[in-house]
Amino acid sequence: MKLNQISVFLENRKGRLWKALNILSNANINIRALSIADTSEFGILRMIVSDTDLAKQMLEESNFVVKVNEVIAVGVSDAPGGLEGVLESLNKKDVNVEYIYAFVEKKGEKAVVVIRTEDIDAGIEALKNSGITVLSEEEIKSI
Amino acid sequence: MIWNEKAECMSEEEIKELQLQRLQSVVKRAYEKVPYYNKRFTDLKIEPEDIETLDDIEKLPFTSKTDLRDAYPFGMFAVDTEDIVEVHTTSGTTGKPTVSGYTEADLDLWGEVMARALTMTGVKKEDKVQNSYGYGLFTGGMGVHYGGQKIGATVIPISAGNTTRQLEIMQDFGTTVLTCTPSYGLYLAEVAEREGIDTSKLKLKAGCFGAEMWTEEMRNKLEERLNISAQNIYGLTEVIGPGVAMECSQKHGLHIFEDHFYPEIINPKTLEQLPDGETGELVLTTLTREGMPVIRFRTKDITALRRGVCECGRTQVKMDRITGRSDDMLKVRGVIVFPSQIEKALLKIEGLEPQYQIIVTRPQHLDELEVQVETSPALFSDEVKHIEEVKKDIENRIHSEIGLRVNISLVEPQSLPRSEGKAVRVVDKRNI
Repeated sequence: MKLNQISVFLENRKGRLWKALNILSNANINIRALSIADTSEFGILRMIVSDTDLAKQMLEESNFVVKVNEVIAVGVSDAPGGLEGVLESLNKKDVNVEYIYAFVEKKGEKAVVVIRTEDIDAGIEALKNSGITVLSEEEIKSI
Repeated sequence: MIWNEKAECMSEEEIKELQLQRLQSVVKRAYEKVPYYNKRFTDLKIEPEDIETLDDIEKLPFTSKTDLRDAYPFGMFAVDTEDIVEVHTTSGTTGKPTVSGYTEADLDLWGEVMARALTMTGVKKEDKVQNSYGYGLFTGGMGVHYGGQKIGATVIPISAGNTTRQLEIMQDFGTTVLTCTPSYGLYLAEVAEREGIDTSKLKLKAGCFGAEMWTEEMRNKLEERLNISAQNIYGLTEVIGPGVAMECSQKHGLHIFEDHFYPEIINPKTLEQLPDGETGELVLTTLTREGMPVIRFRTKDITALRRGVCECGRTQVKMDRITGRSDDMLKVRGVIVFPSQIEKALLKIEGLEPQYQIIVTRPQHLDELEVQVETSPALFSDEVKHIEEVKKDIENRIHSEIGLRVNISLVEPQSLPRSEGKAVRVVDKRNI
């Protein structure tokens, strides 16, 4: 199952992250997961949100450059070696990971890992073949 | 359509004869009426009678911007101030402004050359000209105004700014021709798109753009986004204002109205005249101005002259699109760079907004060139490496255009300053 992620271009300037989050907050959009890739000049804010389309619309109206693309989310047991197993299965199938970020679900039993592989379909197949559960959009949103 | 066929389609012989006659007359007037010229000519032991052929113009001294500035405010006038009916000034961004004074005959001349220019973009009596050049001391507003009225078109003197209102008027009045700076034209297009206005439904057919340097790539954008024919106008306050030269429908060079403004191209270093076709600094002599004649004014604008009968039927000499100014010219690490070269490179990139700013710094004895470019959805990606690749690509394109490595900074959309008049493209932070 593929999951929609929203990415936002942030200039490396004071208050820009706040501004983006402020727009989402005003639109009553909840952030499920978030990570920031930062370089010396700019940042990319990546998020899984409760309403991707609305988030895109609101951010674009305030002149943010936004992109929606697909990522994979998997649930791993919140125990040592949980993530390692996921990566091993991707490695075996020669699937390249572009970036990865994780958060712990509320009940605290599982960690949710968001993965962006170079080839999303190949990534999903590799994970499924290793018996790893790929989470659906609904499952993520119900967390 | 040609406004003044007799003047604009003269044979080479006729024009040369007229120019010589007018040159002799203006030199005489300058010598007799303007103390500045009297002194300069006397110092060089030149008398008006020494001008026997057009080539004799080389005997005359150049007039620089500094000379005009030193004569501030009215020192260059060749008539009593009571005969001056209008004044304009340059913006004065580089110091005291220079003043241009117009007699009634000068205003008539201005209307004539602007009528010729507007006719080249197809303006006729039934047209509605939305004049979004600034009105006031700046010459853009009034110049277009006089020309439009001379043709008998409906001039909408909206001036620059208030973009939403501009678009409203454009729709409600059925504007057919737009006149403004090219950067403001693009901004209008941008706002129109944002407000969901379908520009193909507008009555707009042509635009007369000038007062700042622009490129072919920018023309393509203007034509595509506003669904018009975008033509280039040239002029300067020191000479008259807009209406010195204008691009005809061929869009291949600007016809100089040489029966009124005599052009020369010089090498800006050696100050020697260059032959037709060679690129150098444009020098202009007003042949018919009464209020403030200028002799061999150094425009600092870089271009070349090309002669021959144009496809449009006009015979007046053409100049190339201005590619730079001998003083706007940036010297970065010893390499000469014109902002237009950077613009050219940027506009070749699909999905890039033509909004940019060039920042020159010298952090440690070495010049650095930074080009800020607004990010657009087409350039953005969720992956850092893709954005880095886009930056590299832009850097490479600029490198192949100017031969220098620059740093590209991607900034957020709408974050670079928009201008209603002349766009500020270069910020030179070097203290030299």
